[in-house]
Amino acid sequence: MLFDVTAVLAKTLLVLGAVLGLTSLLTWMERKQSAVMQDRLGANRASILGVRAFGLVHIFSDALKMFFKEDYVPPGGDRILHTAAPCIALFFALMSFAVIPFGDTLTLAGRDIPLQVLPLNAGILFVFAMTSLGIYGTFLAGISSNNKYAFLGGLRASSQMISYEITMGATLIGLLMIFGTLDLQEINRAQGDLLWGWLPKWGVVLQPFGFLLFLIAGMAETKRVPFDLPEGESEIVGYFVEYSSMKFGAFFMTDFIETILIAALIATLFFGGWQVPFLQSDGFHLPGGAHLALGHLAVVLLQAAALGLKVFFFCWLLLLIRWTLPRFRYDQLMRFGWKFLLPASILNIFVTAFVLLLLR
Amino acid sequence: MNPLIPLAVMALLVAGIVALFILASVFLGPGKRHPVKDTPFECGIPSEGFAGGRMHIGYYIMAMLFVVFDVELAFLFPWAAALRGLGWFGFVAMFLFIAVIGAGFAYAWKMGALEWE
Repeated sequence: MLFDVTAVLAKTLLVLGAVLGLTSLLTWMERKQSAVMQDRLGANRASILGVRAFGLVHIFSDALKMFFKEDYVPPGGDRILHTAAPCIALFFALMSFAVIPFGDTLTLAGRDIPLQVLPLNAGILFVFAMTSLGIYGTFLAGISSNNKYAFLGGLRASSQMISYEITMGATLIGLLMIFGTLDLQEINRAQGDLLWGWLPKWGVVLQPFGFLLFLIAGMAETKRVPFDLPEGESEIVGYFVEYSSMKFGAFFMTDFIETILIAALIATLFFGGWQVPFLQSDGFHLPGGAHLALGHLAVVLLQAAALGLKVFFFCWLLLLIRWTLPRFRYDQLMRFGWKFLLPASILNIFVTAFVLLLLR
Repeated sequence: MNPLIPLAVMALLVAGIVALFILASVFLGPGKRHPVKDTPFECGIPSEGFAGGRMHIGYYIMAMLFVVFDVELAFLFPWAAALRGLGWFGFVAMFLFIAVIGAGFAYAWKMGALEWE
């Protein structure tokens, strides 16, 4: 019992540490990436004793600045809801990571530890439940601020998020049909098989159209450019207009955490998660018949590193898209979501089901 | 092991982190009030009326459509996981279900519920 609880605590701390670490790194990456793409030098001013470290010091200076700013609740606003909104947004964004598997099973001192904080047979439903509840944070921020702009922004944001959430779920149905389970760990294990003896059976190979739809819906769900109407820096009709200090910081972090979540879901569902091509529990088995034996610990570490690398790559890809595309107009956004993405994902479901039953 | 244990551990740790962030900024920041600062942000014009009384009817329609499709999705998830066992019967049954909802969706589309101009 004690061993189990310690293992759970260690896994939780590892996951939270990795997510929060990557979040703070992303705040720097976002600024540096935009600087590179816009031919600027970018964040490079902050320094500790003259050490600038490519502007990495900005991560600390930004966090400190957030903490030491005034915490402001607008008069006439609801003090409790105004405080609760960023807490809800941040809490549910972080909770989603409980079901993301970061390895198969670690055998330590004769005991098996599943490398997933919360082994759940309906893991994907848990993720959707958490992202749905996160919408409350956005909406409450809008209505508790006693500000017309915040109210409009909250309406827009929640309307956009619920619209694209349907698409996000519907695009995954095809993949779930193929793997026949809602368990993220099972899906991940199934992606270790090989197709025709050489091609890893990753979700993107089986559902390329579903992957594209999920990528688009995921970007909209995280409220990033080109779907960043809720923030819209140049229009300032955002749900967090009346927020300051770390309460604003919580919304800011939620954005990045959701980006990581989408990247982690893409990696887990479509790109094999912790699977390394041809790596099995006892080492590499190459298609030609070559075999490279590896120890248990080395395999587990390689697989965890593979997931980290994939998540990092997709975070970077989302940043790249963010700084490349212009913003949609609201009617375009809604038309695109309801009139193209939703019918397309329903079509994807039936075509996949049809082919699957024919091949059965 | 009971799956509630890892869930509780995760929830407690996350709640602790969130509380730390929010409380730290409440106590560390300054608190200077000023009558001008205490007015809602509104482009420098004195604010008028009540924030958040009226809204575009489209948001209501969007919310209703969301409920319909989210319930549909809730049926689709277990269906997808069990499709291989259900076979062609399951396929046709779900096709009919989606067709009914699709007819409603087509009606909403035709009546202009998805227009935002």
